[in-house]
Amino acid sequence: MNAILECNNLKKSFGTKLALAGIDLKVERGRIVGLLGPNGSGKTTLIKLANSLLTPTEGSILIGGKKPGVETKKIVSYLPEKTYLNNWMKVHQIIEFFADFYEDFRPEKAYDMLKRLNIDPADRLKNLSKGTKEKVQLILVMSREAELYLLDEPIGGVDPAARDYILETIISNYSDNATVIISTHLIADIEKILDDVIFIKEGTVVLSSDVDSIRDEKGKSVDALFREVFKC
Amino acid sequence: MPWDFKPDRPIYTQLIEQIELKIFSGEFPPGSKLPSVRDIAQEASVNPNTMQRALAKLEEDGLVVTHRTSGRSVTEDIEMIRKAKNRLAKRQIAEFLEKMKLMGFEKTETLALISDMLEEMKK
Repeated sequence: MNAILECNNLKKSFGTKLALAGIDLKVERGRIVGLLGPNGSGKTTLIKLANSLLTPTEGSILIGGKKPGVETKKIVSYLPEKTYLNNWMKVHQIIEFFADFYEDFRPEKAYDMLKRLNIDPADRLKNLSKGTKEKVQLILVMSREAELYLLDEPIGGVDPAARDYILETIISNYSDNATVIISTHLIADIEKILDDVIFIKEGTVVLSSDVDSIRDEKGKSVDALFREVFKC
Repeated sequence: MPWDFKPDRPIYTQLIEQIELKIFSGEFPPGSKLPSVRDIAQEASVNPNTMQRALAKLEEDGLVVTHRTSGRSVTEDIEMIRKAKNRLAKRQIAEFLEKMKLMGFEKTETLALISDMLEEMKK
């Protein structure tokens, strides 16, 4: 089967600033992948390119063999770093909205997760705390039966206890054979659930490996290795 | 027994060791059905692929068996479990003896210390 995400010499510049300086990357299906790098390394740019929110300056990016666009949005479930939901809406209205929008959305799954997190579907978004809003957004994204989940900083704004729940939600809800790409710099928190890691630094991939090989060969955690590679 | 992982070794090998312990201690009794890969991965908060790999290795070693229709279970072969348990115990004791040797204890001194301690624990 073809790779779910493939980049060939992918470059993106904003004016004179080179955000991605030629990325070559292949991500297989059925993996949980950590996209790790310090602030400003190009993580979000890469994810936006995969969602056709940006277009490449040079090179190519393919999702399941296709250029990002309408067709790939059907198979990609994307969690942006910023919230885009309408504050006046009630949680259940957003669920209906998503069910209209995406064929692969499973409302029953969403309601089930809301119940477990004690979130009332009748609440308006504007009355929810920032952390709860983030949870709702993740629930929406994970209630789709997508082939690729792109999660940009899914655990940044929530407390450690909710972090564990969110990671659990990710493990137990991604569909078989789907790939999950999680961008974050909170490595220690997510290391256990990752198959592979991609280190990105100043717009280039500096390391791409599976987690247990790193631990095996270097005798240290991915978190420790990250601190070494990105030492300031 | 909760799941616990050290940062400096592969998670996969640590999973194997911890599942073995659960089998030896009787938390997973002989012949009992194991939870699905997903459930057990979720419980340990690890990646399901990693759990799958660990279970496949345990299967290769014979401690875990797969049934075509009903998932995985612990082997019913009590003798095999006993042997594996003894192997682990011997490894632990060897490590311990090695450390005692580094501290300058002769084997007989170590043994005497152990007996003394056991006596005291009885009281």
